[in-house]
Amino acid sequence: MKQLMLGNQAFARGLYEAGCSVVSSYPGTPSTEVTEEAAKFEEIYCEWAPNEKVAMEVAFGASLAGRRSFCGMKHVGLNVAADPLFTCSYTGVNAGMIICVADDAGMHSSQNEQDSRHYAIAAKVPMLEPSDSAEALEFVKRAYELSEEYDTPVIVKMCTRVAHSQSVVETTDRVLPEMKPYEKNIAKYVMMPGNAIKKHPFVEERTAKLQALAEDCYFNRVEMGDTKLGIITSSTSYQYAKEVFGDNACILKLGMIHPLPKKLILDFAAKVEKLVILEELDPIIEEHCKELGLVVTGKDVLPITGEFSQNLIAEKLGVEVPAYSKLEEQMPARPPVMCAGCPHRGLFYTLAKNKCTVLGDIGCYTLGAVAPLSAMDMTLCMGASISSLHGFNKARGEESEKKTVAVIGDSTFMHSGMTGLANIAYNQSNSTVIILDNSITGMTGHQQNPTTGYNIKGDPAGKIDLEALCRAMGFESVRVIDPYNLEECDRVIKEELAKELPSVIISRRPCALLKYVKHEAPLKCNPEKCVSCKSCMRLGCPAISMKDGKAVVDVTLCVGCGVCKQLCKFGALE
Amino acid sequence: MTKNIMIVGVGGQGSLLASKLLGHLLLTEGYDVKVSEVHGMSQRGGSVVTYVRFGEKVYSPIIDKGQADFIVSFEKLEAARYLEYLKKDGRIVVNTQEIDPMPVVTGAMEYPKDLIAKLEATGANVDAMDCLTLANEAGSAKAVNIVLMGRLSKYFDIPLEKWQKAIDECVPAKFAELNHKAFLLGRGE
Repeated sequence: MKQLMLGNQAFARGLYEAGCSVVSSYPGTPSTEVTEEAAKFEEIYCEWAPNEKVAMEVAFGASLAGRRSFCGMKHVGLNVAADPLFTCSYTGVNAGMIICVADDAGMHSSQNEQDSRHYAIAAKVPMLEPSDSAEALEFVKRAYELSEEYDTPVIVKMCTRVAHSQSVVETTDRVLPEMKPYEKNIAKYVMMPGNAIKKHPFVEERTAKLQALAEDCYFNRVEMGDTKLGIITSSTSYQYAKEVFGDNACILKLGMIHPLPKKLILDFAAKVEKLVILEELDPIIEEHCKELGLVVTGKDVLPITGEFSQNLIAEKLGVEVPAYSKLEEQMPARPPVMCAGCPHRGLFYTLAKNKCTVLGDIGCYTLGAVAPLSAMDMTLCMGASISSLHGFNKARGEESEKKTVAVIGDSTFMHSGMTGLANIAYNQSNSTVIILDNSITGMTGHQQNPTTGYNIKGDPAGKIDLEALCRAMGFESVRVIDPYNLEECDRVIKEELAKELPSVIISRRPCALLKYVKHEAPLKCNPEKCVSCKSCMRLGCPAISMKDGKAVVDVTLCVGCGVCKQLCKFGALE
Repeated sequence: MTKNIMIVGVGGQGSLLASKLLGHLLLTEGYDVKVSEVHGMSQRGGSVVTYVRFGEKVYSPIIDKGQADFIVSFEKLEAARYLEYLKKDGRIVVNTQEIDPMPVVTGAMEYPKDLIAKLEATGANVDAMDCLTLANEAGSAKAVNIVLMGRLSKYFDIPLEKWQKAIDECVPAKFAELNHKAFLLGRGE
């Protein structure tokens, strides 16, 4: 049956049809739905792991045991999982193992724009790159065959536009392969130097065999058209190329992005007058073509940053783009904001009020950096808030310890905050770490994590006690505050910053968007009492605005959290 | 020829259901269809865009400037923001609701005035209506998305029954009656 499927959903369907049995992932836009959709199949064991490294090792273990396995992550997640990746390239697999990495050119929801293709090259594992949902489904199934035939993990690379676009797919039934026997094999699986030395040549031979495959395989194809222009491309750039040129160009579409073919490219180049390489981000295909001695147009004309689009490609390659109208006046921007009732707001307000230096982390709460709160000084990567705070305090000493904090969400803390906290406990800086515990992984769309007490299917699961964990690490001062209570936030933060010892504050209140969270009646502003002091506006709550000099509460947005009420000295918000 | 419908609004307004309905309907009508969404950071009350493209064979999942046959806007300012994407002679179907963005909330900027007239002055075909009032009339402020779909349906050669069948297949049964009412109010029937 034909149906519309999100690229990520089609990917999950491919896992199902190919008989994948074990899935372990950490959520990250734009990869999250692969695992969420896979979890809807009863036949597949699925879980959220604390981080991508753990997820990849779980998938490796399942492969070793003899079942087809999968782990999914966003591009920056692969940095975390790089350690197992590079060495499971050496060991190879038992049953097939697939890794999904989803890049985010254009940085719709990411802190950088790294090109994951470098990982396939560096780790010497094959990488496939589908260009729509139907290919995502089919590539996943064939990736398992590749994985088992060539004894290698296989990376299937998605990007935002393939992951989050729906296109037509046709589905078939699930075929579950026999479980592979598990046989102890020290030479293959124990990567100590004596064994690893013998495995490296195997990896090089495997790459050579895969390169031979790339010359003539299902994944790479030539579409002949007008031979004046030849385009070598992959992924979503292929779709833009077809949109702009149709049959007015020859296209070599590469579905296997590592290793790249040589003869196939040289033969294609020989048939066309001009050769253009269309690839988002880094010039990987382009450099390969140049090494083959070809003269190509690529990053000399096309941007190395951001996403492509049909108009961008048309314009850069001299094709006319449609005319359009625009309004002269500048429209007010509409950036993402912390939701009305967001438990992080009261805490960030308090940090801003106390003029704290705030080392931040990855999650919804990164929005604490946005005006008017502007209560964040740094965001780098998962877990960096805590480790950087320690470094910051070691560099600046007491002066910094009295006013600098780390803020990190519950899920991010489980991901890679714990090790940073262990460092503070061990090497002792008088650092104050604030865990923003909103009982969910928020930004990626509400995934469970080890602190919530529920698993990916919403069933009861193990629950890590944050207070007990911090105390066990040696933190004597561990305090819990309610971020809706501004007086308490202010008092406890001041006290903990003043202490001559490391401390943890847990700011605990569930995300206001969680279904089980009961909302209070919306507040109203009494215009008779409102003196237009704009104190409430300092919160940056989307539910409060100024109309004709008076504060007005939008009743459709307000969830009655009452934080603004605590700021109004005139009792106007009631 | 590929037709392009761009759905724009503010995160949380329900544009995903609108694109789901359109995608489902157009696929049933035998078209190749692509629907491109936004997830993650861009959802948090920010400006959101969904692209729906259909035709004999659709390649790019996105719509570029000057290419949209329709812009369906859940909010007035968002219609103006994405005007550049409208094709010459394209049509804007817009909910006249105003939702203040943060620069307006904080008083740094004013919400632009007379936007509908300004859009019309560019030569765009503008069909503006107060969808929020109609949605409330149907029984829920959340039905703004289906009111807009009702209005959009007037410009398509697809029989009413097919739209209604698509609604039945895309919304939970307990909300079907409300959504059918909202659809007809939007369509003006």
